[in-house]
Amino acid sequence: MKSARPAQLFAIVFLTFVGISALVPRLWTPDSYETQLREALDAPPSARFPLGTDALGRDRMARLLYGTRVSLALAPAAALLSCLVAALVGGLAGLAGGWTERTVLASVDLFMSLPWLFLLLTVRAMLPLNVSPLVSLGITFGLLGLLSWPASARVVRAAIHALRDSDFILQARASGVTPWRLISRQLIPNVMPVLLAQFWIAVPVFILAEATLGMLGLGVSEPLPSWGSMLRELEGGNLRAQPWIAAPAVLLAAVVGCFQLIFPREDYSI
Amino acid sequence: MNRPMGPLACVLALVAGSLNASELHLALHSEPKTLDPLVFADESAEAIRYLTEGVLIRINRLTQQPEPELAVSWKVSSNGRRITFRLRKGVHYPDGSAFTSKDVVETFHTLFDPALHSPVADTFQTEKGTVSITAQGDFTVVADFPAPPTAFERLFDQVAIVSCVAKQRPAPGLGPFLIGERVAGSHIVLKRNPVYWKHQPDGQPLPRLDAIRIEFQQNRDLELARFQRGELDLIDTLTPDLYDRLAKEAPGRAVDAGPTTDTEFLWFNMAPQSPLPAYKKAWFQSQAFRRAISESIQRADLSRVVYRGHASPSAGLVSPANKPWFNAKLAPESFQPGEAAKRLADAGFKLQGNVLSDVAGHAVEFSIITNSGSKTRERMAAVIQQDLAKLGIKINIVTLEFPSLIERITRTLDYETCLLGLVNIDIDPSGLMNVLLSSAGNHPWNPSQKTPATVWEAEIDRLMLAQAASGDTAARKKSFDRVQEILREQAPMVFLLHPNSLSAVSSRLPGAKPSPFFPHTFWDAEHFALAGKSAAGK
Repeated sequence: MKSARPAQLFAIVFLTFVGISALVPRLWTPDSYETQLREALDAPPSARFPLGTDALGRDRMARLLYGTRVSLALAPAAALLSCLVAALVGGLAGLAGGWTERTVLASVDLFMSLPWLFLLLTVRAMLPLNVSPLVSLGITFGLLGLLSWPASARVVRAAIHALRDSDFILQARASGVTPWRLISRQLIPNVMPVLLAQFWIAVPVFILAEATLGMLGLGVSEPLPSWGSMLRELEGGNLRAQPWIAAPAVLLAAVVGCFQLIFPREDYSI
Repeated sequence: MNRPMGPLACVLALVAGSLNASELHLALHSEPKTLDPLVFADESAEAIRYLTEGVLIRINRLTQQPEPELAVSWKVSSNGRRITFRLRKGVHYPDGSAFTSKDVVETFHTLFDPALHSPVADTFQTEKGTVSITAQGDFTVVADFPAPPTAFERLFDQVAIVSCVAKQRPAPGLGPFLIGERVAGSHIVLKRNPVYWKHQPDGQPLPRLDAIRIEFQQNRDLELARFQRGELDLIDTLTPDLYDRLAKEAPGRAVDAGPTTDTEFLWFNMAPQSPLPAYKKAWFQSQAFRRAISESIQRADLSRVVYRGHASPSAGLVSPANKPWFNAKLAPESFQPGEAAKRLADAGFKLQGNVLSDVAGHAVEFSIITNSGSKTRERMAAVIQQDLAKLGIKINIVTLEFPSLIERITRTLDYETCLLGLVNIDIDPSGLMNVLLSSAGNHPWNPSQKTPATVWEAEIDRLMLAQAASGDTAARKKSFDRVQEILREQAPMVFLLHPNSLSAVSSRLPGAKPSPFFPHTFWDAEHFALAGKSAAGK
């Protein structure tokens, strides 16, 4: 742990820096994320535009910072929602055992077999057309959170199942510990690393899922930026000539990596 | 020592094979759904059909003039209803059977079979009845139309004449190439037709290529990368971004063949039965509102920003590329925000702060739907969004996958405005009947009307039917010019751009002449010869 401290410190500083920049983008750029400067299309980095401009002449730095705000708020929120549902369902199955466990697992399998992409498309097609881009994006991430819990629920169920038969739980039960105290004091702290791991895995997955959905019409709509919509610039972009268009991908990797560094390195084995 | 040489020799042989000197390489963006030449399925199937089948008349993609193919000549009767074709003699199918009038009659008999559900057959149907194709001897065919047809040459350009003795379709046809190999999901190899009837002026046989290898490559970036590595010789259509990239990296290889006949436009939902609020219906049914929107869009910016200059601002549904039918009196709508604001004020709209409101105080906000996955349309919508924001109008852009979009614009009518494009394959005005007639299912702004909802739509109906019934080209032009003027005055559709035909041609193909019409690059593939290589058939 001692050797990890400088790295953790760096990660905290970096994430704080990113967070403040996203909250106060004017620190970096005076331009709005939506203003089209049609005489400065695809401009290279300059003092005014540190990351150049996009195909519509919009300041890429402003878009990246606003997009960071959107993605950093909504992707973890969706991941949290997904983990909560997974904890409830997986916990119920793992604790109850027997036919309840089998029924829940069968339901999870059934849910996993649903073509979630088509489900999302159907839901999007049913949404009213005149919703603001932010609401539309919130709905998208909400749906992702509500539809992505089954795999995590299986992992949680396995962890709880293993804990349920462990010696310390048996001892606690034999000592007359109440079920609620058993769950809150013994099971939840022990299953938390598993849930945290699921959470951190889900965050970048949801960010990338939003980028994928954008291509299908489910993602963020113009002019609001998100990491996902900015990653779409890489599709068809010329990285050799414009390496700065990779900035969203670099930032995504750096942020997720820093979260992993901050997050304590505990032994996940149950 | 000799053992490793076996596999090595095989690899070298394979490489040598793949680098066949007279094998042209190109890619299609999807696999053809069918290779049956009588069933029109998709653009890929159309490309294969073009290269492998023969037709009676071919429209030259560069000049747009009809040229004799399997019919050496044709004569139209004085009443305009009968066309007599004289067929080419000495033409043989690859199986050795001779091409005669029986093949033509049998082809049309099969094509008109209702069980085939051929949209090509539908183009031969008229309200007055069906076309009758009969043989008069071995090399004369007569087509009797119930009414004088317009632009009949284009009708026959789309019908592949298949062999009447072939047991099944597809069978080797009368085109310059034959289907040699098909690997599902990977490629099709077209081999040279050894008995193709066309020859070079010096008597040498055509085609000059030995083969065409057609890969299925959905990803356009990979297609461009393969072109730049020399693995592909042609790219039939490039997006503006990729065109610009290629033009910078390999000047001379990217070709802008000029405006196509395609049109990008936005239309308003004016259907009275749509589930929109009454006040929004009133906006869209107001000519002043529609004209104001049209005048507030900077078409020059759309062309420059979205298409990188490879598109022309549009004056109407008909592109200047459609020289015979374009109304030259119409110029693209100029950007006039002042005029637009005045129109809106006259119609009772008020600008308060940055928000435009109607007479009843409703803030003017509406959505533009377009198909997802199209970067150009998403960007066009974003440009329009910013342009209209200057008038105080809020636009919500919604991208939908295609089936949902079609459902909304044709069945539920639950949309406000839509941004799409029209691919005009047929340059004749009659090809637009299914769009412009108020009774048509594809009439964008108010489909399938029992009677025209407005006086000007009734006028468009009358003019379109009049031009379709007339054999007098000047009278038809006059009628169709007026239709274009009415569309401009009333602005039910806001015409935006005519995209250019962008393609790429390898230095190995110095003779390629890309055209604005499909197929853009390989429409004369039988004349292609790869530079510096020995030509086939010589």
